[in-house]
Formats: sequence, C-alpha cells, structure tokens
Amino acid sequence: MIRFDSVSKVYARGAKPALDNVSLEIERGDFVFLVGSSGSGKSTFLKLILREERPTDGEIYVAGRHLNRLSSWRVPQFRREIGAVFQDFRLLPNKTVYQNVAFALQVIGKKRHVINSSVPEILDLVGLAGKEKRLPHELSGGEQQRVAIARAFVNHPPILLCDEPTGNLDPGTSIGIMRLLDRINRTGTTVLMATHDDEIVDQMRKRVIELKAGHMVRDQDRGVYGMERV
Amino acid sequence: MRFRFIFSEVGNGLRRNSTMALSVVLVTFVSLTFVGAAALIQMQIGELKRDWYGKVEVTIGLCPDNARSTQCAVGPVTPDQEAQIRSVLEDGPVSDLVQKVYYETKEEAFENYKRRDNQGITDLLTADQMQSSFRVKLNNPEQFQVVSDAVAGMAGVDYVQDQRDIFSQLFKFLNAATIVAVALAAVMLLAAGLLITTTIRLSALSRRRETTIMRMVGSSRTLIQAPFMLEGAVAASLGAIFAVGALYASVRYAVGDWLQSSTPWVAWVNEADVIAVAPYLIATAVALAAAASLMTLGKYTRA
Repeated sequence: MIRFDSVSKVYARGAKPALDNVSLEIERGDFVFLVGSSGSGKSTFLKLILREERPTDGEIYVAGRHLNRLSSWRVPQFRREIGAVFQDFRLLPNKTVYQNVAFALQVIGKKRHVINSSVPEILDLVGLAGKEKRLPHELSGGEQQRVAIARAFVNHPPILLCDEPTGNLDPGTSIGIMRLLDRINRTGTTVLMATHDDEIVDQMRKRVIELKAGHMVRDQDRGVYGMERV
Repeated sequence: MRFRFIFSEVGNGLRRNSTMALSVVLVTFVSLTFVGAAALIQMQIGELKRDWYGKVEVTIGLCPDNARSTQCAVGPVTPDQEAQIRSVLEDGPVSDLVQKVYYETKEEAFENYKRRDNQGITDLLTADQMQSSFRVKLNNPEQFQVVSDAVAGMAGVDYVQDQRDIFSQLFKFLNAATIVAVALAAVMLLAAGLLITTTIRLSALSRRRETTIMRMVGSSRTLIQAPFMLEGAVAASLGAIFAVGALYASVRYAVGDWLQSSTPWVAWVNEADVIAVAPYLIATAVALAAAASLMTLGKYTRA
C-alpha cells in the first residue's frame, strides 16, 4: 500500500537531510505507529506520502501510484485515496458538524444524494449521531477530533494518515479515539499514525516504526513506544 | 452542486472583503472610464474627418493688385492666366481628382468677409483690396498635394491652401487629449491590477482553512482557485459596467443634449458609439483580473 525505496529528503541545499535513505513497506490493512522525537522526520514522512513534498532521492509508491512520476494535475485525484487527520482538527468553525463532513464530499463533486446518505452513516460510525447541527466550538476536543476523522474517512479512502490525533486530548478521550481508529482499521483501511503518546502505543501493541534524525532506527511488529521498555 | 459552491464562495468572499472589493470596483471604474473616453475621442476624430473632409475645399488664391509675395511680383493675375489655371483644373491631368471648381470674385470675397466680420474691419476696406480665388472641391480631400503641385507654380497663383489645415490644430488637441487619457488610464489600470492582486491575496489568506482542507481531500485546483479568480473578475467587471454607464450618461446628456444643440452642424459621438466600446472595456476588466489572478494564485493555493 505504501512503499519507500531508499527515500531521502533534503529541504535546503547542504542542510542535514530530514529523511535519510529510508526503505520500508506498509501492507494493505496494516496499523502502523510512527514514533520519534520532534525533528526526527515524522512530518516529512507524512508529507511525502501525501505528495505535499517530493523526495530528493529514492522512489515512493502509494496506493498503486508511483509518486515520483505523478503529474501535478493528477495529485487531487490521488489525494482522494488518502484520509488525513491532524492534531489541531482543522474544522471549519462556521459550519456545523454535518456541513464540515459534507464539505469534503462537495468539493470533490459528489452528488447530493450521495452526500445525504454517506454523511449520517459516517457520523453514526464515529459516534456523533444526534450532534449533526452542532458547531465545532460547542463540542469537546474528542468530539471535534471525531468530526475530523469522519471527514477524513467519509469517502472511504484505503489509507488514513493521522498526525498526532490525540496530541490535544486527555488520556481518557484518547482511548476513545484509538478505539475508533482501530475500528476503521478493521474495515481494511491502512492506518498510519504519527504520535508521541507512549501509553497508547504501548497499549495497542501494533507495528512501530521509529525515526531518529531522519534515519529509520526500528521497525517492529507489536512494538512499544520506547526501546528501553522492551 | 459545484457551480452553486463556487458562486456561494464568491459571494462570501466579496462580502468578507467588501471594502477591498469596493476599491477594486472604483479603481477599475475610473481607469476604464479614461480608456473609454480615449476611445470615444478617437471615434469623434473619425466622425469629424468623415463629416468635414467631405466639405473642405482647396483655395487657390490669385495674385491681387498690390501683392507682396514673390510669386506675384510681376503684377496681378490676368484673365488669360485665370483661364489657364481653370483649364488645368477642369481639363488637365488633375481634372479627374476635381469634383467642382468655383470662382470667387473680389466682390464675393468682400461680401463673405463682411458677413463674418463683427469688428467693423470691412468698413476700412474696399472690394478692390480683396483677392479673387478658385475654390476647388476634390473627390478625395487626401489628394490635396497632387492638385496643389499642379497649380502652385503657375503664373497668377499667389498661394494654395488646404482647408484641412484649419482642423489639424483641433485634431492635434484631441490627439493630445487621447494621449493624456490613455496615460492616466494606464496608471489607474496598474493600480487596479495591484489592488486585485492584494484582494485575491487577502481573500486567499482569510480562506486558508477551507483551501487547506480542499487540497487535503483532493478537490481539483480549478475548484479551489475559481472562487478567487471570479471574485476579482466580478469586482473588475462591475467597475467596467459603471464605466460604461458613466460614459453613456456623459455622451447622452453632455454631448447629446448640450453640445448637439449648441453646435448642431458637428457630427458628435452618440450612444451607439459607447455601446460599441462597452464590450472592449468589459473584456479589459476581465483580462486584468485574470492576469492579476495568475500572478497571485499559484503562490497561495498550490496543489
């Protein structure tokens, strides 16, 4: 589903590479934690998958596409294969829960009847049934993140990228979000989650990829957050 | 669905940035009014040429009794010389260019002068002091030089005058006015372009959240950029429409009602000319907005 072949990324000429010769493969339906301290290259990794950045070196394949050769006018179509969730939720403050989710379908030209049936369905899946008419500021952080996940997943993309989705949430709420992501993963969706949250990683016991100063230092099945705890 | 989306976004954008949008409207309005005025002045020149050149004549002044010019040093024109000049005009090589030849006697010249004289100068003059002349009407006034060359050196000819010279001063003035209008329009258009750029930039920044999400979920670049481009285009076109309105009103009331009634013998530009210019003004506005968008958008809403 996602394959990196000796990928390096250097932002400024002569600077230290943000990602240095990383090779890995993530299969369809995998649930993978991406861990590492700030500046370890996690964000660059996610940006490369979303093709917000292009690699300086190496080959990247995502959802059956060779990203090095993907022309820029095909990028929008490609992004429909990936759902993305962020630490800061990125909801539209003046739109209701329903409108926020529907927006994602409207702007890729989905028909009204498709929107009318998919949005309630996904809101039900993320546990927000009955809160369609709320505005984001009327929701708790966990609920806001659920809206963001609903928006990312409403189009049923095969890949879901999560950049610190629990970073702004308390531990109890985070567990709820993780249960939701786990459920989505069990529908066959590949989930890649960058995180600092050691408790969650330790609890979930999923595959862990650790980056350190741009190098991949660990790729472990059923791993935990820090090596020292093993 | 998508069109509804685009238009509602355009509406939102214009409302959110209403002061910027208004300034774009005003600046395009003023600049395109100048552009349109320049075009109308040029059309006016065209009208005047069509109208007056048909009426102008070539005047061939004949040597009077006490001429001071060297051509007339040998004395006043003789009947023989007059006949020769007439035959060159009517039967000579330039006769096909000549429509009509009219001989104006000294007495007629005196009478004509007296009619136009309101300072009493003619009281001091007599008909004998006037100059007789041939008034020649040409088929094509542009052929003046050929006719002039044919008669200018002949005995008894004092001077050959092209009446178009009288208008050339007016045309020079009108052309200078055109240049001034175009120069002002250029400056204003530049200002309008920069303002549109700024408006789009502000609008893109204020809607960054939306565009980020749109990019993320894979909406096409056209759909992301169209609202911004249209915003500039709508504001600029509105300015163009106001400019057309202003030109229409001034042609109708200032030219049509006022100038036309005070100087009815002049062919003035009319409303139809404004209508003819209108599409070009609107096209200029749209082109301006498009150029400004292209310069700005790539940077602020990249894919």
